[in-house]
Amino acid sequence: MKAVVLGGTTGMGRAIARLLVERGDLVFLLGRDAEELERSAADLSARHPKRAVIGSAVCDLERPEGFGAALDAADRALGEFDAVVVTAAMFATQDALEADVELARRLVTVNYANTVVFCEHVRKRLLARGGGRLVVFSSVAGDRGRKPVAIYGSSKAGLSAYLEALDHKFHADGLSVLCVKPGFVKTSMTAGLKPPPFAGEPEQVAREVVRAMDRRKPLLYTPKAWAPVMLGIRSLPRFVMRRIGF
Amino acid sequence: MPGREIVAEDIVGATRGAVLSRGLGRSYGDSSLPARATDKVVCTRLANRVLSFERETGVLRAEAGFDLVELNRLFMPMGWFSPVTPGTKHVTLGGMVASDVHGKNHHREGCFGAHVRAMRIRLADDEIVECSPTKDADLFWATVGGMGLLGHILEVEVGLHRIPSRWVWMESERVEDLDAFLDALGRAAPVWPMTMGWIDCLHRGRAMGRGILMAGRWASADEARSRPPRDPRKLVFPVELPDWALNPLTARAFNTAYYWRHVRRKVETLVAPDPFFYPLDAILEWNRAYGPRGFTQYQCVLPRAAGPEAVRDFMHLLTKLGAASPLCVIKDCGPEGRGLLSFPLEGTSIAVDMAVSADTQHIVDELNALVIAAGGRIYLTKDGFTRPEHFRAMEPRLPRFMAARDKWDPHRRLRSAQSVRILGDRA
Repeated sequence: MKAVVLGGTTGMGRAIARLLVERGDLVFLLGRDAEELERSAADLSARHPKRAVIGSAVCDLERPEGFGAALDAADRALGEFDAVVVTAAMFATQDALEADVELARRLVTVNYANTVVFCEHVRKRLLARGGGRLVVFSSVAGDRGRKPVAIYGSSKAGLSAYLEALDHKFHADGLSVLCVKPGFVKTSMTAGLKPPPFAGEPEQVAREVVRAMDRRKPLLYTPKAWAPVMLGIRSLPRFVMRRIGF
Repeated sequence: MPGREIVAEDIVGATRGAVLSRGLGRSYGDSSLPARATDKVVCTRLANRVLSFERETGVLRAEAGFDLVELNRLFMPMGWFSPVTPGTKHVTLGGMVASDVHGKNHHREGCFGAHVRAMRIRLADDEIVECSPTKDADLFWATVGGMGLLGHILEVEVGLHRIPSRWVWMESERVEDLDAFLDALGRAAPVWPMTMGWIDCLHRGRAMGRGILMAGRWASADEARSRPPRDPRKLVFPVELPDWALNPLTARAFNTAYYWRHVRRKVETLVAPDPFFYPLDAILEWNRAYGPRGFTQYQCVLPRAAGPEAVRDFMHLLTKLGAASPLCVIKDCGPEGRGLLSFPLEGTSIAVDMAVSADTQHIVDELNALVIAAGGRIYLTKDGFTRPEHFRAMEPRLPRFMAARDKWDPHRRLRSAQSVRILGDRA
């Protein structure tokens, strides 16, 4: 596989990039910070069985005008990528978002509008070369309108709907779209929050994501225990959702 | 844990204004804990990238949170191993430097710090410096074994060792009493690069100090099995046992079983590195065996000059105090290293687990008095009870260490619960 990872310097993206590289896949990193990208590229290169040089380019989800150039750089380095993984996104608590409308605008733009734009760039390229894989991290927070994640969750709900439609529309053309919905995972994003039951580690999520990616699955709840939990939450009637705090 | 723990990939940013960095938090005492509820402590666990590795020389540079689990997994298949490994692989590079860990090969290779080539450190005044045995050497040697009190360790560069295979050739021997044990340890040291022993310190009388001596070396390529060792199984200790589960009776039964499991007097065998180096890592969360009261460990080293009598006296005192537990590990150490507070010195190191109880302070005080009289010292990484006056009495190097702190952190911004307790830092 020749994979581009947007968000591969930290958290679950870092774990996925490592897993791909360690089994011999080629990876190209995209992210916001050039120095961080270089350090992560060195880490991945040391882990590759053949010590392949791992390339990287700056790509910021707040700057959609740079998406095309970043993907061009990936294509040049890999010789036409066939897979793209997007773990990058913004997170903020509901309190912070309610207090700062500008922050809310930025988050919704990054997580929904600009992520969709990035995926559209990827879709066109992959379809032109006969298909490929697109893996995008949405969230369980998008499954229901819930009080503690009203704004963040809505951005992920929109993304999930887009990814499902993308899968329906282009599956026959060879484009596999995987929508990943992580539950609580112990990363720096959730550091400081009290882990609920079924909290997962990034490495475990990475194994499950790569497996689902290889099998061309369209949807993954991870860690696995979150699938039945979310099935329960999705089937709760509205009057119950209104009363409960989560 | 009191204080705020910051867990982040970006430890360069996170350590600004923090009072301490910690790795995986496996120190038995209070060395990785903050002194105050408001203190900011950085956990380096997620800063775990390899920055460079030279295949020809084995020189590795990585972020401070890179741990031995990953180091072994990535570099053993290429024929490289950590020059020194402690008894757990759940330890970060930063933690190995801060504790200047020692291992079964101490009598040959010294401590981990002896193999470190350079470090990147964030100082108390927030400046970031690169130091080595030749650049700011005083900072370097105060940081090696300095319990994280000189600065936040951000990156570590260390020379790995070539190994001829991924298997260990081990010889284990059942030894009947303490004198025979010390004798056997002494005889094994010149012959074997790695030695250590488990002692049954629960039996009194003639059988006191009986145990099993383990000596090992890396197997040569033609001795080793052709297949690599299997990944160790991950067993998790399933429940927290009640406090009474581990009592003198069950402990003694365990020890007798463990001793006589070694039916033949001498066994020579090929073993995988994991059970050889990390027997306790085979069962995750084994601390649950001690129940909710928790446990601590006491580890000291008694100088060779004090003779075998000192070790015998120590064992007697341990039994008398009722502090003995199933886990008692003995090892002979080579010469003292250059780290200003590095633990080992030429002599015999003894480590004992003990359940925490109302008696623990008294037990530690008594053992410390004996250690001071013998000219020995304790291991800060394992300590949560030693009194400051006892520590000063056993640590003639302390003024030099404090002088280094005066130079690099005059305002004592960096501190831990341990440094407040032992070194008199303000809380």
